[in-house]
Amino acid sequence: MENHLLLILPILTPLLFAALGMILYKSRTAQRTTAIIGSAAQVAVTVLLFRRIWEEGIIAAQMGNWPAPFGISLVGDTFSGIMVLTVAVTSLAIFIYSLADIDKKREHYGYYPALNLLVMAVNGTLLTGDIFNMFVWFELTLISAFVLLSIGNTRQQLEGTIKYVIINLFSSALFLLAVGLLYGIVGSLNMADVAVKLESYENTGLITTISVLFMVSFGLKAAVFPLFFWLPSSYHTPPVAISAFFAGILTKVAIYVLARYYTLIFVQDVGYTHTILLWIGGLTMVIGVLGAAAQYEFRKILSIHIVSQIGYMIMGIALFTPMALLGTVFFVVNQIFVKMNLFLISGIANRLGGSFELKELGGLYKNYLWLGVLFLISAFSLAGFPPLSGFWAKFTLVYAGLEIQAWVIVGVALGVSLLTLFSMVKIWAFAFWKALPEGHPADTRDYQKRISTRDLILLAAPVVFLALLTVVIGVFPEYLYAVSERAAEQLMGRTEYIETVLQP
Amino acid sequence: MMNSIILRTATKLLFGLLLIFSVFLFLRGHNEPGGGFIGGLVGATSFALFAIAYGPAKSREILKLDPQVLIGLGILFAAISGIISILLGTPFMTGAWVMPEVGGSVLHLGTPIIFDIGVYLVVVGFTLGVIFSLEEEK
Repeated sequence: MENHLLLILPILTPLLFAALGMILYKSRTAQRTTAIIGSAAQVAVTVLLFRRIWEEGIIAAQMGNWPAPFGISLVGDTFSGIMVLTVAVTSLAIFIYSLADIDKKREHYGYYPALNLLVMAVNGTLLTGDIFNMFVWFELTLISAFVLLSIGNTRQQLEGTIKYVIINLFSSALFLLAVGLLYGIVGSLNMADVAVKLESYENTGLITTISVLFMVSFGLKAAVFPLFFWLPSSYHTPPVAISAFFAGILTKVAIYVLARYYTLIFVQDVGYTHTILLWIGGLTMVIGVLGAAAQYEFRKILSIHIVSQIGYMIMGIALFTPMALLGTVFFVVNQIFVKMNLFLISGIANRLGGSFELKELGGLYKNYLWLGVLFLISAFSLAGFPPLSGFWAKFTLVYAGLEIQAWVIVGVALGVSLLTLFSMVKIWAFAFWKALPEGHPADTRDYQKRISTRDLILLAAPVVFLALLTVVIGVFPEYLYAVSERAAEQLMGRTEYIETVLQP
Repeated sequence: MMNSIILRTATKLLFGLLLIFSVFLFLRGHNEPGGGFIGGLVGATSFALFAIAYGPAKSREILKLDPQVLIGLGILFAAISGIISILLGTPFMTGAWVMPEVGGSVLHLGTPIIFDIGVYLVVVGFTLGVIFSLEEEK
């Protein structure tokens, strides 16, 4: 297949299946079937795309056949390739989970098309090589996310949605402002072209100002300190499948964009911009993990933990060495699997135990040993226990920090890891280990029969699959390591990216 | 819904006129101001007017297709306009044109028209979806 086809298919496939879902909206079965088929097709095309990128290096295509830098380029390098693949695999898991998790009313209001459109927007953001086009994809992400957050209209959901939308609109406004300023000084918005033109631009002060505007905008979307407050107050409100998708993927997309911008475009004043990033990274880690210590709601703990993990990813970008970026790529991919899985598990715990509140849960380990094992795998991976995948992610980051004697950030990262373990152990002790509270309805037999076996399989299958992935990455880290290594090389040696996009 | 005989009589006349005007605007968009978006808005206006005069249920009846389905079809058309370029071996959304000579003048037909039909349908579907649900809420 041609490169241009491979690059557009991850965007086109979800679009087509979203359209099909809308046309067939009256039939629930048709919607569910098209959603699953579409998602499986999505996995197939992203595998093909990743294989091509792995064999040929960076590939680029000019949409509409308008030559770069005038038209919109789609670019696939190893980082975007592995991200698109991860998104496809995890969204298939989410689609399957949704079959048992999303109620009829939400399905009727177009849940599946909206989720498909969200996948499309995320893939667009990952593959585009044009700054303004990226803005448009961000807007599409926001709109689909808005639909998914508010679908179902519960009071709690609307409250979370309003916070989410207002803060993200503000972030988009900043993004647009920065895009305008950048276009004003270089006269181009193709990322490769901008990178070339900024090299010969003398007023670095102005560039740094613009880069910080971008940083604030993406920082809001990635939920870094001190701009993270919207995340813990909106992610626990929608149905579990939706919050798992958001928690797993959306903030990581912002990290991807930060990594792209601060390796390709804004590298004029690394001493300044990347020092800010390092501070942000460290503070985000600490504040996130401390925030989680005070929470006693399953999904709220996990939400605030997203913030803490974002700090690690920023740390990799800020250290700006090949090893550190390798760590970031590894961490991002691993984090998508693990975080999503923990959210999915919280959903099963809620269905079986009847609550998200840790104080009202209990006895899950005794009654559902398998769920306990699945939780342990993901939670220990999050905290960074060997031999699970999270260990390697943190190990590479810490190693990268030690390499360039960044003692403080390494110390912070290690300390935060311990505190992460504390939060995970808290969930374990409360929800899984302690006995059920007295007189809890979940104690009776009828309660356990409330969820049908078919539903339970649909809920558990994605969780088992993601947990297996975590174990496999943990036991054979060399594959993901090799991918991350190549991704980091391509990020650091930016000439390959620029030449591929701008070749005549 | 307004119970007004003046509006109902006027609607009967305006309905067709607005639809024709929307098609005119749509075609005019080829080289001059106009196009799928504005055409779609005017097209939706005709059905909206009908909904105000005779009620949304009647308007849905003459629209035949549900607004959601229209949006889906529109997206499909827009996607197809890009897929045609892929089938011709060029990158997504590359304009492909045929220029037959009809009655002494050259007719420019190409994939952007298909894209614009998609836009038209999405705009009609979206606008009517909003207007119908607002009307029905009362």
